Amino acid sequence: MIRFQNIAKIYSSDITALEDISFKIDKKEFVSIVGKSGAGKTTLLKMILAQEKPSRGKVFFDNQDVHKIPHSELPHYRRRIGSIFQDYKLFPNKTAYENVAYILEVTGSSDLQIEKEVPQALEIVGLGYRHSNFPRELSGGERQRVAIARALIHRPDVLLADEPTGNLDPYHTREIIQLLSRINEMGTTVILATHNKEVVNNLGKRVITIENGRVIRDEKTGRFVL
Amino acid sequence: MITSLKRIIKNGWLNFRRQGGLTFATVSIMVMTISLATFLFFFQGIVQHLVLGLQEKVDVSVYFKKDSFEEEILIAKEEIGKIPEVKDVEYVSQEEALNRFTEKHQDDLLLMEALNEVGENPLSPSLNIKAWQANQYEALSNFLQTASFNNLIEKVDYHQNKAIIGKIFEVSSNIRLIGIIFSLILGVIAIVVAFNTIRLAIYNSKNEIATMRLVGASNWFIRGPFLIQGVIVGIVATIVTILLFALANFFLNSRLETILPGFSLFNFFLANFWTLLLLQLVTGIGLSMISSAIAIRKYLKV
Repeated sequence: MIRFQNIAKIYSSDITALEDISFKIDKKEFVSIVGKSGAGKTTLLKMILAQEKPSRGKVFFDNQDVHKIPHSELPHYRRRIGSIFQDYKLFPNKTAYENVAYILEVTGSSDLQIEKEVPQALEIVGLGYRHSNFPRELSGGERQRVAIARALIHRPDVLLADEPTGNLDPYHTREIIQLLSRINEMGTTVILATHNKEVVNNLGKRVITIENGRVIRDEKTGRFVL
Repeated sequence: MITSLKRIIKNGWLNFRRQGGLTFATVSIMVMTISLATFLFFFQGIVQHLVLGLQEKVDVSVYFKKDSFEEEILIAKEEIGKIPEVKDVEYVSQEEALNRFTEKHQDDLLLMEALNEVGENPLSPSLNIKAWQANQYEALSNFLQTASFNNLIEKVDYHQNKAIIGKIFEVSSNIRLIGIIFSLILGVIAIVVAFNTIRLAIYNSKNEIATMRLVGASNWFIRGPFLIQGVIVGIVATIVTILLFALANFFLNSRLETILPGFSLFNFFLANFWTLLLLQLVTGIGLSMISSAIAIRKYLKV
């Protein structure tokens, strides 16, 4: 479904973020990408979203070169992907409810559908009672959960999760990872970028380890080894 | 389509309502810009009034011999009236001329006494001719010299007044020109200020715009609410400005009338209300929308 082909990302002569990265991710797979901070995990996810261009190589999504998608077609492509951003990227002037509903508005869902599904999504992440709060009124963990609800609400084909448990306590971390697993079981491909050892080891799924911009390990049922 | 439009309008309204400080700043700047446009509109009105006032004072008088018959003069009047350069012709009979003269000089006892001494009406009947433009008086004067009724004419006062007429028209066209240059400079300043304020407001939302792109919103779905917000800013600013000007007009009217006799600011305001409202709405909404559309472009490249 997603294929990285000889990807390199060079910011300047002395900063090489990624070097000769090649791997593929099948439909319905759950893949963890692990590595130290600055290893290039986020850059890889950004490339899938066509947010960043590789200096060399290609990224394919369903055999389509992601970076050749015309600018006007990008919204349609991106609607197939749900993103949990490291810095949440919530809309500051929208309530938790509106942040989640925005995605359904974008995809053209009916008002009825929005009214039904948004509260459910907020319930799932345990924030039903926070629906009318603005992001500034929420804690870091709560914001992260709103971001998760927003990424899941439209049942995307692929879910990109960049450190989705970074600000969560162990209880909520477990909940969220269970949620991601459930979503994966229902058919969504999940790509999780994290440096949470416990999370990766408990999952028992495929692990791709990146170090100094290169893939140093790719194991079917891997463990966090760095 | 309609659902999207409804959502765009809703999001625009929510942005307007929730960005308190920023909304206040943009509305304030827009009020200033629209006020400037309104002020320039009034300024043009005043300039127009002054220029017309000056030009109204210019005419050419054709004095007829005292023994001319009124019918002959009226025929001449009709003939002159047909000339395209002529704006207006007024017939002043001997009696009318005397009435005007006595009315004008009633306090000048010496003159009144002299008039009584003469015993009969010493004034000639005349036609006062106004042309559309200063340079047309020359042609008019030439026409009169060759006209069929030339033998009835005693004198034409054009040549005595030629220099003054030219001067008046020169001054009035200068006033107009200065008015236009002044308006253009102020207009450009207003547009630049408004544009930059809106650009800063949108700069403030650049991260949000990028996120909207990343979650799959189309450019129109992103741009739309900003344009709607611009429309709302324009409408609110127009309402505020028109209220401010109505109040200012009401209080300044009597003071201005002493400076500019014959010009009523309040009447001008009422007479031009709809034009003014349209001008303000077009300025407010147009500027906000165009500035937003231009400013947002570069953030949509994500």
